[in-house]
Amino acid sequence: MTGLLWIAASLVLLLILALWNRRSPRTYRDLPALARLKRELGYSVEAGTRLHIGLGHANLISSGAGSSLASLAMLRQLSERTSVGDLPPVASSGEASLALLSQDTLKSGYDAAGAPELFEPTTGRLVGLSPLGYAAGLMPLFQVEPVSTLILSGRFGAEAGLIVDSAERAHATVLGASDDLAAQSVLFASSHEPLIGEELFAASAYLGGSPSHTASLTVQDVMRWFVILVLLGGAAARLMGVI
Amino acid sequence: MIRILSVLIAVLAGSLVLLGYFLPALQPVQNMLLRWCIILVGVASFLGVFGLISVHADRIRRREKGTPYSFLLFISLAAVFFFTLVLGPNHPVAHAVFNAVILPTEGTLMALLAVTLIYAAIRLLRRRADLMSIVFLCTVVLVLIGSATLPFGELPLIGTVLQPWLTQVLALGGARGILIGVALGTLTTGLRVLMTIDRPYGGS
Repeated sequence: MTGLLWIAASLVLLLILALWNRRSPRTYRDLPALARLKRELGYSVEAGTRLHIGLGHANLISSGAGSSLASLAMLRQLSERTSVGDLPPVASSGEASLALLSQDTLKSGYDAAGAPELFEPTTGRLVGLSPLGYAAGLMPLFQVEPVSTLILSGRFGAEAGLIVDSAERAHATVLGASDDLAAQSVLFASSHEPLIGEELFAASAYLGGSPSHTASLTVQDVMRWFVILVLLGGAAARLMGVI
Repeated sequence: MIRILSVLIAVLAGSLVLLGYFLPALQPVQNMLLRWCIILVGVASFLGVFGLISVHADRIRRREKGTPYSFLLFISLAAVFFFTLVLGPNHPVAHAVFNAVILPTEGTLMALLAVTLIYAAIRLLRRRADLMSIVFLCTVVLVLIGSATLPFGELPLIGTVLQPWLTQVLALGGARGILIGVALGTLTTGLRVLMTIDRPYGGS
C-alpha cells in the first residue's frame, strides 16, 4: 500500500505543480546535451540533413517501458520542430509495438506542425527484433542516408557502442541516453553528449513541452529529495541504534 | 470520436493494470489485460515486418545505395518464413538457421563490440577532456587491472583492496542512485501518460 500512497502523492503534486506552472514559467538547469540537441535541430532543418532517433528495443510491458514512453514524448517535440525540413526525421525501434507507436507519435508531430501531408509512415521503422539485431539493422543505415544527428534514447545495452561507432564513421553527431547502466557507461565513453540517469526523462520538457512536463520534472526533484532525506535519516537512526 | 475513445480505453486500461498491483480484487482484470497486451504485441510484430518490407521495397524502387542488401533481406525473410511455416519452428532446419547464421553473427558483433569499446575509451579524452572523463578512464583501467588474470598473480593493493572497493562501494552506490532517479522518472512519465499529457497512442 506504500507504493499506492507514493503514486497518489506524486499524482497530486503533479496536478498542483502543472496548474502553478501555467502562471509562472520555470527555468531549467543547464544540460549541455539538450542545449546541443537544440542547435543540431536548427542545423538539420537548415542543411537539409536527417535527424535519426533510435528508440531502443524495450517492450512496452517490460521494465524499460518508462524510458520508451519518455523517448516517444521527446520524439513528439522533435517531429513537430523538424517536420518541415527537406528530409523528415526517422525513428527506428527494435520492438514492433514501439515502432507502431513511433509512427503515431511522428504523425502527431506533423499534424501539430500543420503539415500532415508530409508524413510518411516508413519514417517510423522496425529495424530488428533483438538487441543485436537492432544494432545490425541500424549500423548500415548511416552509410545510406545523410544523417547529421543521431539521438539514442530508450532501452539499449552495450550494443549501443556499435551503433555510435557506425554513426561517427558517417560524421553524425551522437547524443545518447538510456535507462540501462551498461548502456549509460558505453554512451558516456562513445557519444558526443551523454545524458545520465533521469536526465533522459527531462528531454521533452527541455524541448518545449507543456507546463505539465515541467511539473513532472519538479515532482521528480521533490521525490528525489524525499528519498535522500529518508536514506540519510535511516542511516543516522541505524548509527544511533534506533532501528 | 475515435481519438476520444482511444484516450478513454488507454486511461482505463492503464489505471486498472496499475491498481491491480495494489488491490488483489483487480488482479484477474490486470492479468486479462496483460494477456491481451501480449497478443497485441505479437500482432504488432507481424505488422512491423510488413513495415520493414515496405522500407526495403522503397529502397529497391528508388535504386538507393545498399539495394543488394535489401534483396538479400527479402530472400532470407522469405526462406526463413517458408521453412518455419511448412516445417514448424522446432524442425532441425529452423534450428540450423538459428545456430548457423544468427548465433555466429551475434557472436561476431559482440567480439567487434569489445574492440569498439576500447577504441571509444581511447578517444574519450580527445572528445571531452574534462574531470569526469579522466575519473571514468582511471576507474576503467584500475578495475581492468584488478580483475585481469596476470601471469605473476594478483597485484597486492589494486586487486585485493582498490578494485573491490571501487566496484562494490563506489560503483554500487552510484548505480543505485542512478536507478532511483530512473525509477522516479519512469513514475512521472507513467503518470503523464495516465493523465493524457503524453499520448503516444495517437492524438497530439
